[in-house]
Amino acid sequence: MRGRFKLTHVALAAVTVALAIPAAGASKSTGLPTTIGPGEGSLSLVGWEGYAEDQWVKPFVKNTGCKVSRKYAGSSDEMVTLMRQGGGGQYDLVSASGDASLRLIYGKDVQAVNPALIPDFKNFIGPLKSPPHNTIKGVHYGISLQWGPNVLLYNTAKVKPAPTSWSVLYDAKYKGKITVPDNPIQIADAALYLSKTNKALGITDPYELNKAQLDAAVALLKQQKPLVKKYWALASDQIDLFKNGDSTIGASWPYQTNTLKAAKATVADLIPKEGATGWADTWMLSAKSKHPNCAYLWMAWVSTPLVQAQQAVYFGETPANTLACKEMDKLAKGSCAQYHANAPISYFNQIKFWKTPVADCGNGKKDCMDYTKWQQAWTQVKG
Amino acid sequence: MAVAAARATGPLRGARRALSGVFWRYPWLKAAALLAPPLGWFVAVYLAALAALFISAFWSVDPFTTEVVRVWNVDNFRTLWEEVAYRNIALRTIGIAAAVTLTDMLLAFPFAYYLARVASPRLRGALFVMTLLPLWSSYLVRVYAWRLILSHDGALNWALNGLGLPDQSIAYTNWAMWVVFSYVWLPFMVLPIYASLERIPDSFLEASRDLGAHGWTTTRRVVLPLALPGVVAGSIFTFSLTLGDYITPTLVGGPGSQFIGNVVYASVGISNNVPFAAAFATVPLAVMAVYLTVARRLGAFEAL
Repeated sequence: MRGRFKLTHVALAAVTVALAIPAAGASKSTGLPTTIGPGEGSLSLVGWEGYAEDQWVKPFVKNTGCKVSRKYAGSSDEMVTLMRQGGGGQYDLVSASGDASLRLIYGKDVQAVNPALIPDFKNFIGPLKSPPHNTIKGVHYGISLQWGPNVLLYNTAKVKPAPTSWSVLYDAKYKGKITVPDNPIQIADAALYLSKTNKALGITDPYELNKAQLDAAVALLKQQKPLVKKYWALASDQIDLFKNGDSTIGASWPYQTNTLKAAKATVADLIPKEGATGWADTWMLSAKSKHPNCAYLWMAWVSTPLVQAQQAVYFGETPANTLACKEMDKLAKGSCAQYHANAPISYFNQIKFWKTPVADCGNGKKDCMDYTKWQQAWTQVKG
Repeated sequence: MAVAAARATGPLRGARRALSGVFWRYPWLKAAALLAPPLGWFVAVYLAALAALFISAFWSVDPFTTEVVRVWNVDNFRTLWEEVAYRNIALRTIGIAAAVTLTDMLLAFPFAYYLARVASPRLRGALFVMTLLPLWSSYLVRVYAWRLILSHDGALNWALNGLGLPDQSIAYTNWAMWVVFSYVWLPFMVLPIYASLERIPDSFLEASRDLGAHGWTTTRRVVLPLALPGVVAGSIFTFSLTLGDYITPTLVGGPGSQFIGNVVYASVGISNNVPFAAAFATVPLAVMAVYLTVARRLGAFEAL
């Protein structure tokens, strides 16, 4: 333990020095900062549960003097709401997933950032340096963090044979044993399944659906509803349902699998043959942030291989920093391979990452259903 | 007070006397001064909040940035009316609230009767404590406890299996909500019924018997009419508490268990659509207004 803290000190000192080297002031052409000034003494975060753990928050506070206050959000919609509350500026950073990031950018709730101030940025996996969910026309609106797939979780003792397709979630065989996230973006899971099983609909991207395609996905979900035991809102709810035997199969995150396995439950998860949706999260800086220096220091800190590894192992997801692989195996043997931190780009590409559905989906017709329509459709599904 | 008055000197004393003189001459002014602070609080906090609710119900939000657009329209109410899902949610909420109220009436009446007119003073005390004891623990704890009782590997199935009966699977259904609501609000029904039953003089029952009425006739024609205000008062609690709840549906409800409160919560906290939440929140308000008017007719407010 002593050794690790020393290592974190060294890493943070290195980051701070590296940041201090570039010339002072802000670049005139873009208005972006070119250096990180001294910390303002505090920093408030909105994040997913498990994204700001004492393990890496405490050394950060100790080294930068930025006192961290955290607020956990349960959904992307809640994150957007929190960032807009009271005119914005209440929180400095948000760990937005792809289905929230574009809303925050177009809503002018977040500001552009300079990735040159993040020394580890160059080590990020290629597709996460300028992904379309946080970079628009070459302008970065945040620093990528972690990513992972939404998986099919099942009880290995009760579900036989082991499933290979998402079709089990629409199959009456498991009636009353299925759990599904309570989230409008879940429509994309149905759309992804339809894109493989009903080619006539012509779905190419599960987040770009026209009226007919959305209606088809909603019809499938309405058909699924009588089979569903519970639409879960919190990961802990689904964990309870699996522990108590109320649910044996469901759409889930690797986090639940880890927690259940740690509790000796007989569960396994997989990415079914149709592929999976997934999340790629970004720390985004509020447009009205009162502590931008502390925010930059935080973004640099959580991009370092060690913190990336700590978070990946804690939450069960994949770090953006490719150098984190070695650190992960040090923390938990085999975790690098388990979370595909060393997997080739092809693995990354088979996941359809969450993004905000917008009307203008690039076909020139602006006939895609926007996120409000998705929310309304989800309410109708749940009734 | 007297000491302070005696110490008050010259001009201050004069002012006080003048003021008390004014109050003596205009008694309505005294009443107004007395009522102004609570009334002001009531208007500012309670009525103003209600007014804000009504006004914002006629606004809308920009779909992409979710900022409130202050343009008058009735779109929110039209959506509520035209969308089958919202109508179902409203009907479900009202229906379960009514079912819970009826269940609590049937459970609470015999119990309250026993408590008020049969039990010995010692037993009455013990039963009272047992009725109120659950209220000492958090509502959330009790709802979670029911989740454990009803779950697949829970206490209820364990007991059923022990008796050689098959499993039940009411966990995460509307039935589970009905059971849990009926349990958590029961004390609020027992107490007003007890209060109204206790007030019935023994002589009424004796007179009924002297006039040749049987036990059932006495219950029907003497006890029930006199207890009715208490029953209605209790029903206001159980009905309104169920109508406004959103935690029990989240915790023990199933896939089709959304209440009005859940939609309001999601509209404000998740999709930031305050105008729509305000519009939906007027539905239980209207339902309660009707309910209270009827309750008043039945004399419920005399039993509170």
